[in-house]
Amino acid sequence: MTTSATNTVLSVDQLAMAFRQKRVFHDLTFDLKQGEFLSVLGENGVGKTTLVQILLGQLRPTAGSVNYYPSRQGVTVGYVPQFRNVDAEYPLTVREFVGLALPNRLTPWWTAAERKQVASTLAMTDLTRIARTPLGRVSGGELQKAYLAQALIRQPQLLMLDESTASLDNNMKYELLELVKNYQEQTNAAVLFVTHDLPLTKQYSTNFLLMQPGQYQTGTIAELDENVVEAAHA
Amino acid sequence: MLNYPFMQNAFMAGTIIAIVSGVVGVFVVARNMPFLTHTLSEIGFAGAAFGLFVGWTPLAGMLAFTTVSSVAVGQLSSKPSRRESSITSISALAIGLGILFLSLSNQNASSATNILFGSVIGISRTEVVEVAVLAIVVLLVILGLYRPLKFDSFDAVGARVAGVHQTLLASVFLIALAFSVSVAAQIVGSLLIFILLTLPAAAAKYFAHGVGSMIGLSILFALIGVWLGIAISYWTNWPVSFFIAVIEVLIYFIGIGANHLAARN
Ligand SMILES: Nc1ncnc2c1ncn2[C@@H]1O[C@H](COP(=O)(O)OP(=O)(O)OP(=O)(O)O)[C@@H](O)[C@H]1O
Ligand SMILES: [Mg+2]
Repeated sequence: MTTSATNTVLSVDQLAMAFRQKRVFHDLTFDLKQGEFLSVLGENGVGKTTLVQILLGQLRPTAGSVNYYPSRQGVTVGYVPQFRNVDAEYPLTVREFVGLALPNRLTPWWTAAERKQVASTLAMTDLTRIARTPLGRVSGGELQKAYLAQALIRQPQLLMLDESTASLDNNMKYELLELVKNYQEQTNAAVLFVTHDLPLTKQYSTNFLLMQPGQYQTGTIAELDENVVEAAHA
Repeated sequence: MLNYPFMQNAFMAGTIIAIVSGVVGVFVVARNMPFLTHTLSEIGFAGAAFGLFVGWTPLAGMLAFTTVSSVAVGQLSSKPSRRESSITSISALAIGLGILFLSLSNQNASSATNILFGSVIGISRTEVVEVAVLAIVVLLVILGLYRPLKFDSFDAVGARVAGVHQTLLASVFLIALAFSVSVAAQIVGSLLIFILLTLPAAAAKYFAHGVGSMIGLSILFALIGVWLGIAISYWTNWPVSFFIAVIEVLIYFIGIGANHLAARN
């Protein structure tokens, strides 16, 4: 393929996925470039999470290819999954939780540089105030911010968020996406955002991928036809 | 009391066991494995009885049985939907085998009680050394895997995303757990191992909010139970395991109470 365009982070070519007999999607082709914010839209069960898991290499596609540029190892990926096991008794503080994703080292304790990295990530995500609160006792919005912070601590060039705003009230949704946007402005990272929220998509995305059973549409956000999306989510 | 060599041995072994259990327990609790730990201890019972039967030491039999079965049992229990019933069936088999080997080995009843309920007062210097060596192995493994183990235990979803080798990690941890179970059995007996491997860590979770401090507190709670247990047992002649159980349960309930109060504020 001639993806010589230097700023492509990820390209997906004729991707297909089926679970046993069940076809989820097929022939899916799109690119994601640095600085782009791609919203992935589509009704429940259309295969958004499945797509993200394939991009992460957690699932093997039935056909097609996923390419990272310059290479899979060369792109740091941050991911905020749709589901997580954190209950009210979860003991770790926000700060410890975020630091779990620090790149591996043999020392059990954090080095001075790592402590700084945690502190700056917490500051960037507006969590400094509750850094020492157990994660089990923070609000839903703060929890999502902590997940985001953990994904950001390795300074990913590609950030994927799976319905991170789904359980949040309106203010909190915008607050979270502002954080993502700020990170993106600082680093020119690519963002892939799975959502059902059209207003949010229109405000923050540069591009969209609308998945529908058996087909899909993609384009710049200006080309997004709201009627089609409404129909898809009806 | 510490003038007697057997008491010195008891305290040394108890201290080592408390430290290992405190450390490993934090991950047992975080990985939600108390039930599996219990099963491993029953497999340990079968192994110890087998050891007596074939003329090994109970510790050697325990190590062999728990190590060989730990990874398999871990695999069986990885499906949450089937977890409890498949583990229960393994427990049943282990207890059955243990009883069989005990009766075949023609040992008197006291060796059976020792395996089941512990025998810290009767522990020899050689056994202390064995326990120490096993403990060091376990602690080194945990230390070497500390960061990924911590990530995977406290946030399996995030660890998977970050590319932690979860299957390998789980297997190595299970083997370390098998070693710990065999070590802890020397003092509390296989029936009560899960006390030391779960309660101090479960209580620590209510007082500390970092993995390092949880480990510290968990060791402390285990040490309090073991030291006090041995001392009170010496004065009263009642069994050590009884006192350790009572003390750990008390600490655990204090933890729940404290957490309840903290959550209300
Ligand atoms: N491991 C699996 N085995 C079999 N089928 C699966 C598996 N994972 C997902 N599916 C099926 O694939 C389809 C797509 O699921 P997916 O979770 O990707 O949907 P989604 O678009 O993320 O939905 P939602 O908006 O509800 O999160 C669904 O029909 C689901 O039942
Ligand atoms: Mg989904």
